[in-house]
Amino acid sequence: MSHDKGAIKKIRSTKAMREVMAEYFGELDEAAKTGSKKIAWCTSVGPAELLRSFGFLVYFPENHGALLGATRMAADLIPEATAAGYSPEICSYLTSDIGSYLSKNTPLTRAFGMESVPKADVLVYNTNQCRDVQDWLGFYEREWKVPMLGIETPRSVSDLSVAIVNGLIEQHKALIPPLEEISGRRFDIDRLREVVASSYRCTQLWRKVLRLAEHRPSPITFFDGTIHMGPAVVLRGDERAERYYEVLVAELEERITDGVAAVDDEKLRFYWEGMPVWGKLRDHAEQFAGDQACVVASTYCNSWIFEALACADPFEGMARAYTELFIVRSEDYKQEYMESMVRDYGIDGIIFHDAKTCPNNSNNRYGLPLRIREKIGTPYVVIDGDLNDLRLYSEEQARTQFEALVEQLQEQPA
Amino acid sequence: MNSRSVDQLYCGVDVGASSTKLVLLNENREVRGRSIRRSGVDYAATARACLEEAADAAGADVNSVLRTVSTGYGRRNVGFSDDARTELSCHGVGCFHHFPRAITIVDIGCQDNKIIRLDDTGRRVDFKMNRKCAAGTGAFLEEIALRLDIELDELERLASSTEDAVRLNSFCTVFASTEILSHLRRGEALAALVRGAFASVVNRVAEMDRLSGEVVLTGGVVAHNPTTAVIFADKIGGEVKVPPHPQFTGALGAALTALQQEEKHA
Repeated sequence: MSHDKGAIKKIRSTKAMREVMAEYFGELDEAAKTGSKKIAWCTSVGPAELLRSFGFLVYFPENHGALLGATRMAADLIPEATAAGYSPEICSYLTSDIGSYLSKNTPLTRAFGMESVPKADVLVYNTNQCRDVQDWLGFYEREWKVPMLGIETPRSVSDLSVAIVNGLIEQHKALIPPLEEISGRRFDIDRLREVVASSYRCTQLWRKVLRLAEHRPSPITFFDGTIHMGPAVVLRGDERAERYYEVLVAELEERITDGVAAVDDEKLRFYWEGMPVWGKLRDHAEQFAGDQACVVASTYCNSWIFEALACADPFEGMARAYTELFIVRSEDYKQEYMESMVRDYGIDGIIFHDAKTCPNNSNNRYGLPLRIREKIGTPYVVIDGDLNDLRLYSEEQARTQFEALVEQLQEQPA
Repeated sequence: MNSRSVDQLYCGVDVGASSTKLVLLNENREVRGRSIRRSGVDYAATARACLEEAADAAGADVNSVLRTVSTGYGRRNVGFSDDARTELSCHGVGCFHHFPRAITIVDIGCQDNKIIRLDDTGRRVDFKMNRKCAAGTGAFLEEIALRLDIELDELERLASSTEDAVRLNSFCTVFASTEILSHLRRGEALAALVRGAFASVVNRVAEMDRLSGEVVLTGGVVAHNPTTAVIFADKIGGEVKVPPHPQFTGALGAALTALQQEEKHA
């Protein structure tokens, strides 16, 4: 077994993705400075399509959170939020973002030349992921005295009943009057249909990107996916995201045709459950590549696939799409979902990331790993860590556990 | 000068967070030399010193080592190692050498604990490591000894001198230390406090996984504190096996792996 760092293969399309992202942030920056367009902040699986239909530029604070993690700025900024009364045990996206705001230090400056995050005209959340998003936007509501609107979604949902869907449809429709007032535009159902249709096409292309990893060897890793999901996160409902994924799909299909693997000599295939450890993305990618192991699938990257947006009624589509997600579902649903992913992708082992500050994305805590292993025999490890706060991550223990799982899968009887 | 052995030797070195252990085997899988030192800050130098010491004990020259496998936290810092394996792998191999059947290994080290399940062929089917916290590890006992102002060697004598154990509730090593201080203020016996600390370690480890079948206990904690094995057996309501030299099981497994790798190449 190799313990060398594996080479990370560059995806050519990354350049096009950077251009799309730079354009997106450039527009936000310009609008924030000139007031040329209204800006809505939206939680990652909030009603972005509805906001776009009103002409808002949509900014996603979780994307900023991920940037703070990936640039390893988070651990320096979280204490600023802690000192301001936010516990270091709540969402570290929230604490690093608020710490960033309080200390006037953002990775957007270096990456896109922005002085600060773009100030919002309205803040819109959906609690489908967690309650923290509401408290997060609540900070800015108090700070900027701007309106905050939201969708309250039930959690641990087994069957998405008509009653739940109807309630969510009503909540989405209730956003229309305040959004009309803030945007100064009348609601336009045809425009919403167009945006939802674009969002659906984006989601289908993103799904195709991820499903190409079913191929052996996989043309893409989970670690690549966490970077290339950027446009699907921040530009769904905008045709530029679709154009980007057409480029990416073409490159990955070309890799398959040419026999190019994301990980040379791929021998083992893993599933990553939970959040990435953003500040260790490269280290993890290199370690797995060095062991000829490819992390081919994940819950996280698949959380931006919204099949229900195909519904004829865009409100029903949004209500269903944002509630069908893995994170909103019951343990039974999660188990079935993961078992099907293990089968589809030919998974040899599962990495569960127990992210200290993100309980809703840490799915090892209610016995799921053991139930999956007992039912379909898939071995697993649980690593302790966090999405952003590297003070909560034990490097050597995680490394040893990855390596031990690879050894276990490769070892013959002693 | 001693006459030097002409045996070809296989070396396993386990560079742990606290101690570095080294075992030399001959091709008949017989232990020829053993060495243990505090790991200190220079893992490479400590491993080299262990090698020279063990070679001396074996009456052999270090050049007679054909192959070395390293394990433990410092496994990549051993300059003379030919391969590095995780301690999960090496503890499994080392224990299976002594107990060649389906077993559940519980290793309590200085910084971490492991539960490793082997099938009847010695193949590892499952493992767990403790969470990153040091509760339930040797480091916890070191902290308790410091708090109680007693030598580490005294812990075993005190714990084995009583059947009484003061219950410690806290998960956290730091909080447990504070808890001990409050027990001291109430006048609890020192021996019962130490036995309570042993029981606390056992409880933390036993909750890591469901323990079934034949349980083998290894690591520095049981090597220096055999009473932990007694408490562990009580806890699980069954027998607990301890291999000879339980602190060297990882190093032995590494040496056996080195020999096995050489046999494969031959």
